[in-house]
Amino acid sequence: MSVNEEETISLIVDGASFEVSLEAEMPLLWVLRDELGILGPKYGCGIAQCGACTVLIDGDAVRSCQVAAGDVWGPVTTIAALGLDGADHPLQTAWIKHQVAQCGYCQSGQILQAAALLEKDTSPTDSAIDAAMSSNLCRCGTYPRIRAAIHDAARSLRES
Amino acid sequence: MSKKSTTTRRSFLVGSAAVAGGVAFGIYAIARPAANPLLEGLAEDEAAITPFVKVASGGITLIVPRADSGQGIMSMQAHLIAEELDVDPQKVKLDPGQPHAAYVNTLIAANGLPFHPLDDGIVPKTVREMMATVARLSGAQFTGGSSSVADLQEKLRYAGAVARETLKLAASSQTGVPVKQLKTEDGSVVLPDGTSIPYTNLATQAARMDPVTDVKLRPPAEWRRLGKPFLRTDIVPKSTGTQTYGIDVTLPDMLFATVRANPGRGGGLGPYDASVAKTMRGVKGIVEVNDGLAVIADNTWRAFQAAEALEVDWPAPDYPATSAEMWKVLEAAHVSENRDSRLRDDGDVDQVMSEADIFAAEYRVPYLAHAPLEPLNATVLVTNQDVAIWTATQVPVSIKDAAVEITGVAGDAVTVHALPAGGSFGRRLDHDYVIQAIEIAKRFPGRPIKTIWSREEDFTHDFPRPLHLCRARGSVADGKVVAFDLDTISPSLGDSWFSRVFVVPPGPDTFLVWGAYDQPYEIPNYRVSGYKAPKLVPIGSWRSPGACSNAFFHESFLSELINVAGADQLEERLRLTKDPISRGVLEAIAEMSNWSGTDIGPGRGRGVAFCHSHHVPVAEVIDVTLTENGIRIDEVWIAADCGLVFDPVNAEAQLTGAAVWGLGHAMNCELTYENYAPVQTNFHAFEGMRLHQTPRFHTSLLEKSEKICGLGEPATAPAAPALANAIFAATGIRMREMPFNKHVDFA
Repeated sequence: MSVNEEETISLIVDGASFEVSLEAEMPLLWVLRDELGILGPKYGCGIAQCGACTVLIDGDAVRSCQVAAGDVWGPVTTIAALGLDGADHPLQTAWIKHQVAQCGYCQSGQILQAAALLEKDTSPTDSAIDAAMSSNLCRCGTYPRIRAAIHDAARSLRES
Repeated sequence: MSKKSTTTRRSFLVGSAAVAGGVAFGIYAIARPAANPLLEGLAEDEAAITPFVKVASGGITLIVPRADSGQGIMSMQAHLIAEELDVDPQKVKLDPGQPHAAYVNTLIAANGLPFHPLDDGIVPKTVREMMATVARLSGAQFTGGSSSVADLQEKLRYAGAVARETLKLAASSQTGVPVKQLKTEDGSVVLPDGTSIPYTNLATQAARMDPVTDVKLRPPAEWRRLGKPFLRTDIVPKSTGTQTYGIDVTLPDMLFATVRANPGRGGGLGPYDASVAKTMRGVKGIVEVNDGLAVIADNTWRAFQAAEALEVDWPAPDYPATSAEMWKVLEAAHVSENRDSRLRDDGDVDQVMSEADIFAAEYRVPYLAHAPLEPLNATVLVTNQDVAIWTATQVPVSIKDAAVEITGVAGDAVTVHALPAGGSFGRRLDHDYVIQAIEIAKRFPGRPIKTIWSREEDFTHDFPRPLHLCRARGSVADGKVVAFDLDTISPSLGDSWFSRVFVVPPGPDTFLVWGAYDQPYEIPNYRVSGYKAPKLVPIGSWRSPGACSNAFFHESFLSELINVAGADQLEERLRLTKDPISRGVLEAIAEMSNWSGTDIGPGRGRGVAFCHSHHVPVAEVIDVTLTENGIRIDEVWIAADCGLVFDPVNAEAQLTGAAVWGLGHAMNCELTYENYAPVQTNFHAFEGMRLHQTPRFHTSLLEKSEKICGLGEPATAPAAPALANAIFAATGIRMREMPFNKHVDFA
């Protein structure tokens, strides 16, 4: 068991630099939540099946429960830093306008997953949204509004 | 505050209970409602005008005691008070309050009574009112049964109105302007010259006054907020990642714990070896808890790792090891001595069927997990004097009682900080996870401990929806359904759940037959019987308990009989239904979906189902298409009548969310038991519905019913049978067992 192997790990999270000394195999999720107090990414399954822990690394949406702290390859963005210049991201504005959230627990992950999608595809079709978003689970069943909010945000991003 | 004013305020609350539908049987001690818990420890500049409204010079707080698990009830409660109080719900503080008799749910106990929901005769009415008294006496502060809106809507509007009129009186006594000339707007009393006095400036004055209890509620036509689209108070924090859930609670010097309990529930702890786990990094302790072991560490992940390293020889629990054996128990339980109820027995089923061709079918639904996305957790701080608990719960009083029992502190030394839940679906109607967290924290006095279950622990230690067997027989004549006889067989959810959180009520277990015996159909020979199987795995209340299984049985079998009769699915349902509200819902779904039968073209099919659950009639029509990848659900129409709708935006979300819940689990999910534990331990094996399977929804709320009801659950029940009926129309394959993906593929 390699639980006592410790490394000093440097991370950039939401624009701030951190150095932590811990096991390199500790999942990024738990480094963020329990070591750095960054609570936007949520624990839901621990095996990359729900998407509640989604963060962006170098712009890619990844499951932070499956990225070892020692393997983080770029700056990490959580929901806290998604907004542009202190304002809500167009996705967040759309999420609010459509009142997507019910329990809300999955929604930070949903929004970050959608942000990665809109980076690559500014006019996603329903099937592109389905393909990009189907690995993010919502137990409350907010999916119809997730679809509507992504279309809406894509429109405002195109127009801006 | 003077003693006199306290006494008067307490007597005011009698009026409040009367408004809430509380009945007075002339027994003062029972009818008298609880005191106002907010009156304790008020400062000079704070006024607790009712148990729901606190005005201080520093701000306004609304007490919103029902737990929000995503259904939007926190915002709903705030808007109900705000409608009369004239405050902006986004600008005031919302506080769930403490467990207290002032916040009992006077309706939920009445919902389980064995009367037809449409029967408002003298006996059902009287017994329902008696149950309100029972609820008050027992301090039942549940959130559940889609009961919050029905239970609270008048109480909260009244609380808002009392507070508003009291603040106006305070303003009048401060300014000399007669009350009649005062208006209220956005948290202020407005004088005739346009001067605004913020409520917060009137707190000191209001605290010295007796509440004005002679108030009239605004009629719906004068509502300023309710009934129109508005923003739920939790939408912004939940869209920006700033909502604090129980799992996010962070306290100084806090440790993290997790539990590894016997996968066979109730089997207890056996011999174990914690030697490896004990030495692992960050581990601060390993303690025995009810049914298992807990690891306490300096980080959740380290606690998880150490919990996995525990070696335990788990004793077997007192139920069979496998699903196959459990089904045999249910089959064997279908004998007359196990008959628990026959709450519907119209005409003479036996006589009619002795002279006709009998059509028979058997249906099965499996165990299902709740699996709220936020894993169960609670943070607890135990000291010598008191206990503080941070968690999401639907049963705060049970938690308070558990803390007293486990730690020995007095009830008033227990503080429950109720947090919004990351989902529940009925799971947080149990408090087993909090009991464990208290047991753990008790071993570390003075140190806050956050106990989090792993997802695997959550699946393994759910109190699942019970497996449920149905045997149905019926007959048709002249193109009509003439006899319908449905037997439903399951372990008793009432016995299992109530024994953990309340007391097992006398009488039949209505959960066994909810969604079947209580339907508005008037089939001439119509019988529904509940059979109580022996207890197996401990089971729990799962979104629309009883109805979520029974509507599948009832509406599938009714559709089968209608097909045998050769009648139209919707026309025959309408012919069998006299209740005007239910007819309105069926007529609406026909119009919305442009109904012309179940044949909608080659490779496609349409199904309808109807269920009266939680006092709300709901009809759903579903269209499916066969694709090369399997069956795709294209469209879902939902019509329902829950009476007046306070929040149309959230109401639509509850209808569609409940239907997604019903569909996803019917299509894709089951818990199967091997070696006493569920085989499915995470979302890879239990997905519910995902976005790519989600259809388009079209909803309509009719608002014709005089009963104002909640919508968290009702749209779940008809979803599965509507889909089963659509699949039959498209493929000729009849779904008689969930999950449907055992029999057909879905795209």
